[in-house]
Amino acid sequence: MLGRFIRWVIVTFAATGALWVSTPAVSGQAPTYKAPRTADGRPNLGGIWQAISEAYWDVEPHAAAMGPIPALGAAGAIPPGLGIVEGGRLPYLPGAAEQKRKNAENRVMLDPEVKCYLPGTPRAMYMPYPFQIIQTPKYIMIVFTFARAVRTVYMDEHTEAPADSWMGWSNGKWDGETLVVDTAGFNGMTWLDRAGNFHSEALKVTERFTATSPDHLLYEATLDDPKTYSRPWKISLPLYRRLERNAQLLEFRCVEFAEDIIYGHLKKQP
Amino acid sequence: MRDRCLIVALVLVAVLVSIVPAGAQTYRAPRTPDGQPDLQGYWTNTTYTPLQRPEGITRDVFTREEAIEIMKKAAAAESEQTTPGTIADVHYDFTQFGLDRNQGGVPLNLRTSLIVDPPSGRLPALTAEGKTRAAARAEARKRMGGPWDAAQNQSFSVRCILMDRAGPPMLPGAYNNFYQIIQAPGYVMILVEMIHEPRIIPLDGRAHLPEQVRQLTGNAVGRWEGDTLVVESTNFTDQNPFAQGASERLRLIERFTRVADDRIEYRFTVDDPATWERPWSAELPMMKTDGPIFEHACHEGNRSLSNALAGARLDERRAADAARKSSQ
Repeated sequence: MLGRFIRWVIVTFAATGALWVSTPAVSGQAPTYKAPRTADGRPNLGGIWQAISEAYWDVEPHAAAMGPIPALGAAGAIPPGLGIVEGGRLPYLPGAAEQKRKNAENRVMLDPEVKCYLPGTPRAMYMPYPFQIIQTPKYIMIVFTFARAVRTVYMDEHTEAPADSWMGWSNGKWDGETLVVDTAGFNGMTWLDRAGNFHSEALKVTERFTATSPDHLLYEATLDDPKTYSRPWKISLPLYRRLERNAQLLEFRCVEFAEDIIYGHLKKQP
Repeated sequence: MRDRCLIVALVLVAVLVSIVPAGAQTYRAPRTPDGQPDLQGYWTNTTYTPLQRPEGITRDVFTREEAIEIMKKAAAAESEQTTPGTIADVHYDFTQFGLDRNQGGVPLNLRTSLIVDPPSGRLPALTAEGKTRAAARAEARKRMGGPWDAAQNQSFSVRCILMDRAGPPMLPGAYNNFYQIIQAPGYVMILVEMIHEPRIIPLDGRAHLPEQVRQLTGNAVGRWEGDTLVVESTNFTDQNPFAQGASERLRLIERFTRVADDRIEYRFTVDDPATWERPWSAELPMMKTDGPIFEHACHEGNRSLSNALAGARLDERRAADAARKSSQ
């Protein structure tokens, strides 16, 4: 019993310590932590990770609000969050700001997440589900729980996107302790959150993954889309390792949950 | 059409690799830095060989000449089915999209069936329980109404939930028979092109999921037996769409052995005493091929299902209008 208490104390302090280490990194200082190495000498970012953030509701800072399905009451309410956008606001062009407003108004109808569509990049990175990074020298795969989406990051076979896609086409390289991933080739049909924030097919995402402790990654992404935004803008948030023993991705094959929404109006009427 | 046949012939010649029942193996697979046999790369298991041995064939292998002749016919038939003006052509022109099997190259397989055990090359008989379940499923389908009454009345494949051939077990179909394998310490990952199905196989000796957690593709754990990757899957639902009608007691064993630089021998055993009177096994090669694998966003582009349902409703309205007019 005493042993368990001591372990709790150690774990708690270790977790707190890790937060202290990661917090300055999130605010932009150079990381001092060096991750364990893979066989080819790169920082090992492999593992099961998850964002702890309310950004999946709205990447911008937002107060708590009634949820889109009032029948769910407090259980369906929108939790408040400080957002993950540097500067707090997306720099929309005027027409795009109007489109975002329309998206928000009709989000239950329009949000691709509701339909179980592949969530796109960077949205997949901060949805409330775990994802797994499997790292090899030539390919880094990121496998998501939601819709079983997959991103392949090509580390040495860099090419332009051969076709448009939902998750984009990713080329990666190492910048010291940081994995840098350039992603383009989007089809322009994905969103950034449930608030209707969006981008066009012209989006280019530059992501930076940096380990800040054994159990934290700093995730930063710059979004450049001259059809939608007046300038490139940046998000950053920590990603947390799922530490449960036996942690693993489970099936979330969400098509079945969306079929009545997509096809219900085409059902035979009794 | 002549050009097409020529292309088919050239592709066949280019990939003329004899697949014969596994004999003595002296090949030693390269190793990953952590010492696993290296299975990494892009692979295809495309084939014209049927799962079950066709009726009337009693041998387990063809001669080389027979097999080449059968492949030529199959390749020609595959291209012909999309000849302009035919009904098939209205559906998709697979050749146009590079989806026909012969366009990617089909390795020569001398086997007359993918099933190697039982020796008949055919599925074992259903148990009494298996028969009862099959009948109950057919009855339940009838109660759901017509196939186009609702999306849910269609198969998992049509609904883009999971193609029955994406597996596991991973069986080749008419197209998208490509796989990418990567290995990191503690994991083998197989990206199945068909319906972008990621298979993450842990090698740390962990237990299977708790029995309450049931998944369409089950729960896989892997281990190395010598140079063979053995993947054992349990925790299936009773709706495993790989079609042969297995129950949730299905235990699937897959074995991956790299037997040459360009070939993995893939063998799987289906053990489900609630369905079949004995376990059965199939074997087929995975041949090295080129990447990359593209995103297969099946559900996102599933216009066919909406259109077919809308067509069915239109037919009903027309029939109702016609009935009303004739009664006036």
